[in-house]
Amino acid sequence: MNSVILRVGTRFLVGLLLIFSIHMLLRGHNEPGGGFIGGLIGAIGFILYAIACGTEDARAALRTAPERIAMAGLGVALLAGVLAAFFGDPLFTGQWYFIGDQKSGDYIPISTVLVFDIGVYLVVFGSILSLVFALEEAI
Amino acid sequence: MSWFLALPIAIPFVAAVAAFLARGYRVGRWISIVGALAHLLSAILLISVVSAEGILAGQMGTWPAPFGITLVADNLSAGMVGVTAVIGLAVAIYALADIDERLENLGYHALYNVLIAGVTGAFLTGDLFNLYVWFEVMLIASFGLLVLGGDREQIDGGIKYVALNLVSTVMFLTGVGLLYGQTGTLNMADLALATENVDQGLLTVIAMMFMVAFGVKAAVFPLFFWLPASYHTPAFSVSAVFAGLLTKVGVYSLIRMFTLVFDHDLGFTQPVLLWVAALTMITGVLGAASQTDFRKILSFHIVSQIGYMVLGLALLTPLAVAGAVFYLIHHIIVKANLFLIAGVADRIGGSTCLSKVGGLYASAPLLAALFLVPAFSLAGFPPLSGFWAKYLLVKASLDVGAWVIAGVALVVGLLTIYSMTKIWGAVFWTPHPEGREPSLKQLDPALRRAYLVSIGGLAGLTVLIGLVPQPLLTFSEVAAEQLLDPGAYIDAVLGEVR
Repeated sequence: MNSVILRVGTRFLVGLLLIFSIHMLLRGHNEPGGGFIGGLIGAIGFILYAIACGTEDARAALRTAPERIAMAGLGVALLAGVLAAFFGDPLFTGQWYFIGDQKSGDYIPISTVLVFDIGVYLVVFGSILSLVFALEEAI
Repeated sequence: MSWFLALPIAIPFVAAVAAFLARGYRVGRWISIVGALAHLLSAILLISVVSAEGILAGQMGTWPAPFGITLVADNLSAGMVGVTAVIGLAVAIYALADIDERLENLGYHALYNVLIAGVTGAFLTGDLFNLYVWFEVMLIASFGLLVLGGDREQIDGGIKYVALNLVSTVMFLTGVGLLYGQTGTLNMADLALATENVDQGLLTVIAMMFMVAFGVKAAVFPLFFWLPASYHTPAFSVSAVFAGLLTKVGVYSLIRMFTLVFDHDLGFTQPVLLWVAALTMITGVLGAASQTDFRKILSFHIVSQIGYMVLGLALLTPLAVAGAVFYLIHHIIVKANLFLIAGVADRIGGSTCLSKVGGLYASAPLLAALFLVPAFSLAGFPPLSGFWAKYLLVKASLDVGAWVIAGVALVVGLLTIYSMTKIWGAVFWTPHPEGREPSLKQLDPALRRAYLVSIGGLAGLTVLIGLVPQPLLTFSEVAAEQLLDPGAYIDAVLGEVR
């Protein structure tokens, strides 16, 4: 599609969508959101870019093949599950690490649950993009 | 302890990720083989633990039983994981020769490992919704493998496969929803207890939905049409692993659900299963008799053989269920091997169409000998593994006075020999129509080694089970005991809760 309006609009929207997708990913831990929806929103950003400027440009902007991102995401998610082994827990048991003072409530919790969610984000992001790019190029 | 259960699922996933990231390099295919070896090792560990200590259950993520995802291994599950790992390794070795670089670059090894992970997960899960997820993992990987390469014929087969499997998936998911609405739980062990308190008539309706859903996956009569329409199109490694494993996941799920959860109205469900078993055997074997393509004949024989396993479930005596378990394990090895042999015959003979190949007996006697082992085993010749499997089921039907089904099983066995001799006659005995002399020697030595190691290994296993059936028989009998008396299974899963 060759439309100046869409191209200019896309330039603003892509960045917004990507930031929003990260926001959804991080928010997902205790509120609605998470890796799946975040990955979908992130993918929409690049799909929009592909529609406005062509898949060739979108692939170049992505820098690496979307299939690779999806598979790497699977690896990250697996890592989050397998990490539990080093603490003697069953597969996918959440491991928590707290930065700061737990008693005063002034701390940041970091967990393998987040790592798993990042993996899901990448899997969804990568696989949706590889499907859409392939469809766009076939049409 | 739960890691014995988690490892057989985690290893193929790790192998899939590694193989995908390394695609395009030669190392990709070796990752597949190392992964398969590690998978086999973990499966052997699991079997030894389950044999020694009985049913093993583990709660993933440390969420307690009816809430989280439980992995459970009884003898049936552990045995199926074991045979999956054996086929996984054999086909991974075979793929060294069968899969060319083009398919490797498209991600064959990653999809293959995801498929193995999906199959293993389906065998190990103790949660109905999780079973659905594993079905999906399996299905997505198999869609990919089926159309990998993108021939016209493959896409045609792929569409039929996708369409019918989606119908089955929707049916499955609807059944899961209804069951959850009735019982409030999807943990299989918890379901076994919860179904006592719900409307029994409605439960039978849900049971039939599951029967149809798993029936499509298992390719029973009259839901098998997708199988012969698609299994002859992909690469031989792919069709071997499909033929060996995928339909058996359906049979496994039928056995699991109809012994554990849907055992409330045996007077209704078992006769249905018995009819399905008989008609599946007959239509499968007759369909095979009318085909003229190596792989299509074998595809119809999958259908026919599924009937035997369903027969074991339908009779539901200890001997019959043990027979079904024995049959499952024997059949997976034999059927995968026959597809692998079809691949070699195609490679050196030039075609899988019976009228376009020939002369392999004279020029490749080793391959002919290796074909005879699984072919005779499939038909039930003593002393091969198929003889014991059929013997158990026929004896079980005679024991309960089911003369007709015993007769059907025997006649179908006889007709199986007919199709096998048809392949034997056309591919091995008659001279090649173009006057060629196809020989294994014309292959590159590395390819020949990969072919012979995988096919020879599986054939050796068939002979071994045939000559020393007792260990597998005892294993199957324990499996049947556990299936028919689910108390131990429920205790293992819900131990702390009950």
